[in-house]
Order: sequence, then C-alpha cells, then structure tokens
Amino acid sequence: MQFPREELFAPGHRGCAGCGAAIVARLLLKAAGKDTIISNATGCLEVMTTPYPETAWRVPWIHTAFENAAATASGVEAAIKALKRKRGKYKDKKINVIAIGGDGGTADIGFQSLSGAMERGHDMLYIMYDNEAYMNTGIQRSSSTPFMAATTTSPAGSKIRGEDRPKKDVAMIMAAHGIPYVATACISYPEDFMRKVKKALSIEGPKFIQVLQPCTTGWGYPPEKTIEIGRLAVETGIFPLYEIENGEFRITYKPAKRKPVKEYLKMQKRYRHLTDEDIERIQKYIDEKCKLLGL
Amino acid sequence: MCEVKVITGTSAAAEAAKLADVDVIAAYPITPQTTCVEKLAEFVANGELDAEYIKVESEHSAMSACIGAAATGARTFTATASQGLALMHEMLFIASGMRLPIVMMVANRALSAPINIWNDQQDSIAERDSGWIQIYVEDNQETLDSIIQAYKIAENEDVLLPVMVCLDGFILTHTVEPVTIPKAERVRDFLGVYEPKHAYLDPDRPITQGPVGVPDCYMETRKQVEEAMERAKKVIKEVNEEFSERFKRKYGNGLVEAYNLDKADTVLVAMGSVCGTIKYVIDELKKEGKEVGLLRIRTFRPFPKEDIKEFLKDANNIAVLDKNISLGFNKGALGIEMASILKNKKVCNYIVGLGGRDITIDNIKSIINHVEKAEDDETVWVGLKE
Repeated sequence: MQFPREELFAPGHRGCAGCGAAIVARLLLKAAGKDTIISNATGCLEVMTTPYPETAWRVPWIHTAFENAAATASGVEAAIKALKRKRGKYKDKKINVIAIGGDGGTADIGFQSLSGAMERGHDMLYIMYDNEAYMNTGIQRSSSTPFMAATTTSPAGSKIRGEDRPKKDVAMIMAAHGIPYVATACISYPEDFMRKVKKALSIEGPKFIQVLQPCTTGWGYPPEKTIEIGRLAVETGIFPLYEIENGEFRITYKPAKRKPVKEYLKMQKRYRHLTDEDIERIQKYIDEKCKLLGL
Repeated sequence: MCEVKVITGTSAAAEAAKLADVDVIAAYPITPQTTCVEKLAEFVANGELDAEYIKVESEHSAMSACIGAAATGARTFTATASQGLALMHEMLFIASGMRLPIVMMVANRALSAPINIWNDQQDSIAERDSGWIQIYVEDNQETLDSIIQAYKIAENEDVLLPVMVCLDGFILTHTVEPVTIPKAERVRDFLGVYEPKHAYLDPDRPITQGPVGVPDCYMETRKQVEEAMERAKKVIKEVNEEFSERFKRKYGNGLVEAYNLDKADTVLVAMGSVCGTIKYVIDELKKEGKEVGLLRIRTFRPFPKEDIKEFLKDANNIAVLDKNISLGFNKGALGIEMASILKNKKVCNYIVGLGGRDITIDNIKSIINHVEKAEDDETVWVGLKE
C-alpha cells in the first residue's frame, strides 16, 4: 500500500515519546485524506493535540465533551447532509465524518452515545483507540482493561490480583448492531489498519474500528517498544485482527504459530505481579477465545 | 397575509422552528415537551420542513448533536424539559462556550424528586449560569414570536450565544390559544440565512473547535461570554423593535414589559404565564380604584438590571414571584437577583406554583395585601397546605 507523504496530523504535539494514540491519528488521517472532519472525545489524544492556541490537526476538528464524540459526529453528519441539500455547500465532495475516542470514552462513558449513533445509521466511522485504561487521568481501569492487568484503580494487592474482570468485547457488541463494517486493528500493522480505514470509508453507513495502541506510560515499557508490544499482542492472540463486513467474519491476520502469551505479558509492568500460575490461567483463557475465532 | 391557528404552545414552537427553516433538529421526548417534537417530526415526514431530524437516544446526545451541527454551520433546534434539561447540563455550558447559536424550547417542569411532570421553572433556573440567553414567555403567540426572534438574537455577531425560550409546562404547552402564523417568506426575510464566520467545519478551511483552554486563556473566554451577554441586551431590544415593525407585535422593550406601572406604588415582578393572571387581577383592582403594577421579566439572562431599576424607581412595595426555590437560602432566583439590585427598597419574595400547584386570583390578591403591609423583606410560600 502507498503511504501518502502528506502529514495531516502535525508533529510537535504533546504526546509522550512512543505514544501509540499519536500513531493512530497519523495513520488514520493518511488513510482518510483531507476531506475529513474529526469529532474527538475528551482524552489523551484531544488534550495532547490542542493546547490553545496550538493544534496538531490539519483537518477540521471538533471536541465537545468526553461521552459524546459519536453524538457530536451525528450532528456534523446531519448538518453536512442538510447543508449540501439546502444550500449547495461542500459541492459534491464526499466528506468523511470520523469520531474518535479512547476506550473509556467509547466502552464506558460514551457507550450509549456510540450505540445510538451506530443504531441510527449515520454515515460515519467511529475509531476506538484502545489503550486499555483511562490514561489521561493517570491509568485507571476501564471496562476495556484486560484480566489481571494492574492499574491505579485495579492495583495488584495481596488479596486482589489486578483487574478482576475480562476485557469487554466492544467490537463484537458493535457487530451486534448489524452495522455494515466492524474491524479490529493494531498500530503495529499499519497497512492492515489503513486498509481497514479506507474500506470502512468506502462503505455508506455506520462503521466501527477498534484499534489497539500500546501505551508506554500506562503499560510500563520503554518508549521504543510500542510497535514491538503491539505486534506481540497480535502474535500471541490476545488481540486478534479481524473484520466483519455485512455480517461476514474474517480473520485478517493469522499468526503461523501463536506465540506464548508470556512473551507479551513479561514486557509490561502492569503484569509484573503475575505468577506462572496466573500466566497459565491467562494462556488458557486466550486459547479458548482463539479457538472460537478459528485462530 | 397570515393565518390564525388555534394551537398549543408546543405546536406554536414547532411552527416557529419550521418558519425559521431549521436545518437540523435533534430531540428526545419528555413530557410536556413531546408534542413539539412530534409536530416537527410530522413536518419533516410530510416534506413541509426540509431538515435532518436526529432521533437521539438521550437529551445529552440531543444537545451534543445540536452542537456538532451548529459547529458545522447549520441552523439547529431542540426542545426539552425538566430532567432532560438537567441531563443536558454539561453540554449547555459547552454550547455557549463554543459560541453556537442553538435555539431550544424549554417546557418548564418541576425537577425530581419526587417525580412531578407539572409546571414550575426550577429546571431552567437551575441553568441560570450556563451562558444561555433565557426568554420566559407569557402565552403561545409569544412562544412562536420569541423562537423566531431567538434565531435573530443568537446569530447576531455581537451575541453568538444559544437561546432557550421557556414556556410553562401544561399551562402553555397543552393549552390552545389563537396564534397568528406569519408567512414563511416574511420570516425568512426577517432572519436571513445563517452563514457563520466564526465556527464551521469545512475541509477547505480546517479549523480546530473546542481546544484545551489553558489557564492563560480560559478566563478571557468566560469574560467574552459575559460581554456578549451585555451586548445581547441591546440586540434583544432592537430585534423586538424590528419584529414589531414587521409583524405588529411587541413584548415590552424586549427585556421587560411594564404593565400599569405609572401610578402604582405596589408592583409585582414575575416571569412567564402567571403574568396573565396578574394582569387580570390588576385590571380588576383598577375598577375598584386601586393601582397595582406588574413588571414582567422577559429575559432572565441577560438580566436587565438597568431597566428594572428604572421601571421600579417609584415603587415602594415590590413583590417578586418565583416558581423556583434556592434551597438553603429560602428565596427564589428572581427574588435573590431583585434584592441584590434594589438595595434600598422593600422586596418581598413569594414562592409560588411549585410542581404545578395552582396560582389563583386569590393568591395574587393575598400577595398584594401582604407586600403592602410587610415591614421588611420577607419570603412567603404561597398556597401551602395548612
């Protein structure tokens, strides 16, 4: 795939070194192109890219609140339709309306707004940039935090061993909305992510992509390991890559041989409290899930 | 020229949104607002109004969608009441902070608990500090006229603030009155087309809306809203004048309406539909040779301090009626504001009509008797059961 040279997500933002969310935004805009309007939920990406009077966004961008990137985007999409029809605005240009929110802004507080927007059939793409906790407020657990990961509100204590619930499967819940396109992606597979964005934008109606992006600060690993860790998440099967187009499920990347999950867990501080027994338990859980998906 | 329809307040609001040729409606049903959004859905379904109608899953999303649409450059409308307005609370501040000229009908209704679908004005009063212009109307004609005026006010570049037009739940929302409906072309001519220069989303000219307001700039943005509120006073008066020239209807000076103030030593101050009852009592008392006045506050925000002081300069017994209560201070919001600007006058506060309690002619008369005899500022809850 050709990567456009043009950078619509400008450098010089306030993201951490090795920030995965910034990679999401950069790749997303390379795939979507300049005729794009972004509705950004409150969170790391919003905060680090727009400290007034600076902005990293070279496309029209709006942020209103935390739980409503999808509802705000609904309004944008409806306005474009009305203004095209009634006042001949935007000429005949096809404009991509893309809402983007973190896992907290998507799976938790923004869940109702997301469900509503998807159910109503708006022509929009929702991107969930998944770093598996509330990173902007300092690494608190969200419903997307995986089983046994330690966060500041699911600490590894002597009685409770980190997060005690499995990761909420938002992509599958979105698929249950019967929308035309749902996919998972990971920044470590840029061609795959960008192809999915392009495909999603070629389809009319509501689309959803959950993109995993390792977080150096929240997961506890050196900044240069972001891509490597993302790759391991996919290679171990802990985060499978797939797409569901018009209800048809397809694995988009199948590791030749799944790596042991231990390799992934051992690289991150959020899992350092795990015993061999714990790791075995997680491995078993993943094996079962992968079997269901045919991995 | 124009048509007279016998309609409810909510239908009048829907007719006004249609006349304003709104581009995007996002609404969620709540009693007693529902008949407004039902009517609008009918207009859209029948092709009488060319608008996108977003059937959102909550009032929070209704306001969020209106914000998104307004920030894209569309003329937007929504309507709500009570709990729905409370659910919008967060987004109300964002609409005004982003300077988006959204217009909303609020069917005034009590707040839970206990749950109560009937009228008072606690819901919109609770949003006093949200940066929205608040217009309180007396009847259904004023509902229609005020919503049309609201777009003219909100979209004025000296203002650029959202407006809520508040009408009393059931008393106006579900009561039919004859309402003159102006011709669509004349309203279009009055309003013009909304062409935002400050806020729109267009890939040909990318801008960032809603960035982080760091401590170095946040306070200035608040001050700018305050200054816009101040400028709105003049704009509201001008719009009221221009509207009256074109449509032959006028609401006081736009901010306040004086009724029989000239010879009155006793003046009632109130907002909304209760003013109709008060005017009736004033007319009755006049026949008996007694002069009582009414100062109807039409815009609670911006608060017309200067006009109030001027109109009440000769009055000695001031009775402020509030359909809301600031719990813990034992006064209503209007009572608090009035006491703060009329420092050397006797200002009594009457808490009335909470949760749909009737405000009778006798209640109004008892208020007049009370304020004339009161020796100092007092708060009285009127119509409480023994």
